[in-house]
Amino acid sequence: MADLTPNVTPMRTAAENQLLALFPSVKARLPGASAERQQAYDAFAQAGLPHRRVEAWKYTDLRAVLREAAPLADVPSAALLGEVRAKPSPFAGLGPSLVIVDGVFEPSLSDLDALPAGVEALGLAGALGAAQPVANLGEAAVADDAVLALNAAFMTDGVVLRVAAGSKVETPVFVRFVRTGGEPRSTYTRVLVVVGEGASLTLGESREGPAGVAHQDNAVLEIVAGDRATVSHVVLNTEGRGSIDLSTVGVKLGAKCLFNTFALATAPALSRRQIFVHFAGENSKISLNGGALLNGRQHADTTLVVNHAVPHCESRELYKHVLDGESTGVFQGKIIVQPYAQKTDGQMMSQAVLLGDNATMNNKPELEIFADDVVCAHGATCGQLDDDLLFYLRARGLPKPDAEALMLQAFVGQALETIEDESIRGVLESVVEGWLKARM
Amino acid sequence: MLEIRNLHVQIEDKKILNGLNLTVHDGEVAAIMGPNGSGKSTLSYVIAGKDDYEVLDGEILLNGENLLDMEPDARAAAGVFLAFQYPLEIPGVATMTFLKAALNAQRKARGDDELSTPDFMKRVRAGAERLHIPQDMLKRALNVGFSGGEKKRMEILQMALLEPTFCILDETDSGLDIDALKIAADGVNALRDPKRSFLVITHYQRLLNYIVPDTVHVMSSGQVVKSGGKELALELEANGYADYRSQAA
Amino acid sequence: MPAVQETVEQVRSIDVDQYKYGFITDIEMDKAPKGLNEDIVRFISAKKGDPAWMTEWRLDAYRRWLTMQEPTWARVEYPKIDFNDLYYYAAPKKKEGPKSLDEIDPAILETYKKLGIPLREQEMLAGVQNTRVAVDAVFDSVSVVTTFKDELKKAGVIFCSISEAIREHPELVRQYLGTVVPVTDNFYATLNSAVFTDGSFVYVPPGVRCPMELSTYFRINEKDTGQFERTLIIADKGSYVSYLEGCTAPQRDENQLHAAVVELIALDDAEIKYSTVQNWYPGDAQGKGGVYNFVTKRGDCRGANSKISWTQVETGSAITWKYPSCILRGDNSRGEFYSIAVSNGYQQVDSGTKMIHLGKNTSSRIISKGISAGRSQNTYRGLVSAHRKATGARNFTNCDSLLIGDQCGAHTVPYIESKNASAIFEHEATTSKISEDQLFYCLQRGLSAEEATALIVNGFVKDVLQQLPMEFAVEAQKLISISLEGSVG
Repeated sequence: MADLTPNVTPMRTAAENQLLALFPSVKARLPGASAERQQAYDAFAQAGLPHRRVEAWKYTDLRAVLREAAPLADVPSAALLGEVRAKPSPFAGLGPSLVIVDGVFEPSLSDLDALPAGVEALGLAGALGAAQPVANLGEAAVADDAVLALNAAFMTDGVVLRVAAGSKVETPVFVRFVRTGGEPRSTYTRVLVVVGEGASLTLGESREGPAGVAHQDNAVLEIVAGDRATVSHVVLNTEGRGSIDLSTVGVKLGAKCLFNTFALATAPALSRRQIFVHFAGENSKISLNGGALLNGRQHADTTLVVNHAVPHCESRELYKHVLDGESTGVFQGKIIVQPYAQKTDGQMMSQAVLLGDNATMNNKPELEIFADDVVCAHGATCGQLDDDLLFYLRARGLPKPDAEALMLQAFVGQALETIEDESIRGVLESVVEGWLKARM
Repeated sequence: MLEIRNLHVQIEDKKILNGLNLTVHDGEVAAIMGPNGSGKSTLSYVIAGKDDYEVLDGEILLNGENLLDMEPDARAAAGVFLAFQYPLEIPGVATMTFLKAALNAQRKARGDDELSTPDFMKRVRAGAERLHIPQDMLKRALNVGFSGGEKKRMEILQMALLEPTFCILDETDSGLDIDALKIAADGVNALRDPKRSFLVITHYQRLLNYIVPDTVHVMSSGQVVKSGGKELALELEANGYADYRSQAA
Repeated sequence: MPAVQETVEQVRSIDVDQYKYGFITDIEMDKAPKGLNEDIVRFISAKKGDPAWMTEWRLDAYRRWLTMQEPTWARVEYPKIDFNDLYYYAAPKKKEGPKSLDEIDPAILETYKKLGIPLREQEMLAGVQNTRVAVDAVFDSVSVVTTFKDELKKAGVIFCSISEAIREHPELVRQYLGTVVPVTDNFYATLNSAVFTDGSFVYVPPGVRCPMELSTYFRINEKDTGQFERTLIIADKGSYVSYLEGCTAPQRDENQLHAAVVELIALDDAEIKYSTVQNWYPGDAQGKGGVYNFVTKRGDCRGANSKISWTQVETGSAITWKYPSCILRGDNSRGEFYSIAVSNGYQQVDSGTKMIHLGKNTSSRIISKGISAGRSQNTYRGLVSAHRKATGARNFTNCDSLLIGDQCGAHTVPYIESKNASAIFEHEATTSKISEDQLFYCLQRGLSAEEATALIVNGFVKDVLQQLPMEFAVEAQKLISISLEGSVG
């Protein structure tokens, strides 16, 4: 009887049609072999843009939000590059930067000569164009996801960063994604980081761009870590209001690895940060953290899938949302413990403070557990700033805005504390302070 | 210093204070005693300006200024300090950070310059030493993981730093052993000054052996039903509150 | 630790066939032909003596059902159900409706006696229980008897089968039926709306505290028979009622379908407490047979200061798909959900609740305890949401899962959605295995591994058991032990 219902195929939206039309027109000039790109494009054509009936995108209806798919960004002119050169990185002075302008890796703006010993970097477009396939590409970012498929179809450029086995790199390395221009354009970039056995790396990402331009960025970061590798990763997005930031992080860890990531979102109109972590070796530990401070009609979505495929691994997640105005925060975190992944220890926490009467927080922490000898827990809270605490602070003489700012700073601070590099943490703390000051 | 006239207060439709009158003079230490539920803590919160309480009638004047017109932080700047019965924990805010923020906010409100960090540190250290507060406690988040005694001492330290003119101690003795009580009382006594008044709220007479009051006021059913000298506290200790319960009813 | 290994082995070897309610009652039945079409719907409606509006209501539901699809989002797997290969109506054969218990087929009375449910009031009164419980007994598709009717009538409480209510109290039924679970709510609820054959009806008038616990015992007996009961409970202003529901079915190799709908309505200042001990046949140790329990239960706290509390102990069924929910519409209303879900063998449980905060200062509390053993899959799925105007909403959720053995799964899928800044939601969930230290401690004190497991599990579920009325709590505790171990209890 159920067969009587016709199988409904939703109408293609304008943005979907634009994306579908875009590929044939640009594929000839995209670097590297086209077979994989075609395959990814077909997967996207099949799925379309994700929408609320796709469980992983339940709270971020990209099909509804993305009215138009912006054309691919133009290759930046020399004049533009000059402007970019004059603009300091938010992480200036903390370490060498690799600079990607409007989706194109710019060696002339990058500190290639200043890279620490043991670190090798090259442009992705160049690597894709070489005769040999790029080793490890596509190894860590594996998911049945339309946004990831779009990146695989369209990726124009990016960086391949390799850290030699045993290299303990002290100086952080930064990748800057700089956007220019006043018209909305899209970029598809991919950064591949391969950290050899026993090596360590701190990687900072900054997303910078003009205010008020609805740029669309689809960025993928792949991290492949060998046994006993340590990777710390921080993302700061100060790209101007109006942008749509879709980023996917794929992480594959060997045995006894340490991986730590933190992302701070204050700027984009819409951000979706999806992190897929695959434990491939035993006794590894991860710590995934982030904060979002939003107002107006901003929307920030963090979606995590932590796959414990082997025993004896540990995962920690701590996410904080501060939601003012009519903003929306989304946290979806899924811890999967596969059969035989015994002794898994997974703890996840998502906390939100709603400041605006019309703000929304959607939490979906999830446990999917197929092994018995595990300790897994998740928690989620949302609410207002505690009235009693606020009164206590005011009774000590702090005016209300100062008291609120102090409480919010402490609230986000608990997540910021997970950033190990003090200088990098300082930069993010000052962004948080700036946001709180602007609110006072 | 402080004058409360005909104060009527309710919380969620429940009347707590019923026409309370109280005067505390400059330099006076006034003790408020009374059975549980007589409205003692409500009085302290209303003076400090907590939101949940609805003042139906009356006024609270601090040196002639009506406190009821002021926000809690303005009252603090005007010199009101409430040592909480249950000091709150603030995860993520280091005690030192908090103390500095509070002190500078009050100085700013009074038109004083911010303290330099060395001056500030000097003051905190001196105060902490007097109250037997170890330095590393100042680096920890405010009151998080502190014992009951440590929290109360931290309240007294704040009182010393912020230099208020009118101090309310709400059941400061609750949960303290005798040694902790002595330390806290010494801290308070060191702050006694002809220009500073205290309102010491307590259920038991014990605290008043260490902080000797000038006047004692008995509260029952939201009113001050008897006032007298320090001997009144001893009388209460001997006879209990039974007489006053019936009197107010 | 060998002791633990031993426990695991024992639990693994549990013979799910120990289901003690698995007997079949041999009795002559009056049945509609297999399959479903408009004629069958009309047949059922005629058999029930429905008024015309009810027949139309059913037909409308049936037509809508034809356009709907089975939900697929739950973590349960089963072969496609052929809805045309089921009987939709089966009733014990009789000439006239029973006027007294003496006219009921002795075989049915015997069945209920075996199940431990006395239907004779004098038996009840003579029993050891201090609390009297009024019982509505539903055998396959029809209500066979309702006890203590007269006494309830004196208090003004209406407690009868829904068929009787449709005939005798049409104004109440028409006013409330389908207002909490709309006809097209979901595939199974719509199917139920078309073909429901019986169930209970309760109306408690304003200001009345129902003088005794009300209870319905559901029994599926017939082969290939779908059971579709419909329960409607209305607590008028300022009233209170506590309602208990128990379910059993015989052991059969085929899967039996059970798709019930329960609607609760609490008006101003009213309170409804609804407790379920669900022990449908879970299937055998190989996963053969067992009841598919696809149930829609929802309460509407329609009035200010109203309260609805769901307590469930789910030990039976091959598949459980069930989310007793509360719509917190009235200001200051409160919803509660206390659940114990035990799965063993090849059982699949996907259960939880929805707390929808609409009114001001509404509060809800969710305590869910899942225990997975054998090769079962046990999922908690829940939604807590605060709408824009739900100022001051509060929720506290705690879901804990316990795993016994490494072949089972425990999953937690909460959705927490807040659109109001003043809403405060707290959610916590944990998953762990039964503690080796606790087990060892018990063993060292001389308990057997089985006893120790039962003891620890009982401790784990205590918070929820406490919510059940006394007699039920004892029964539920035994049931949990039996479903987990067979021999204990």
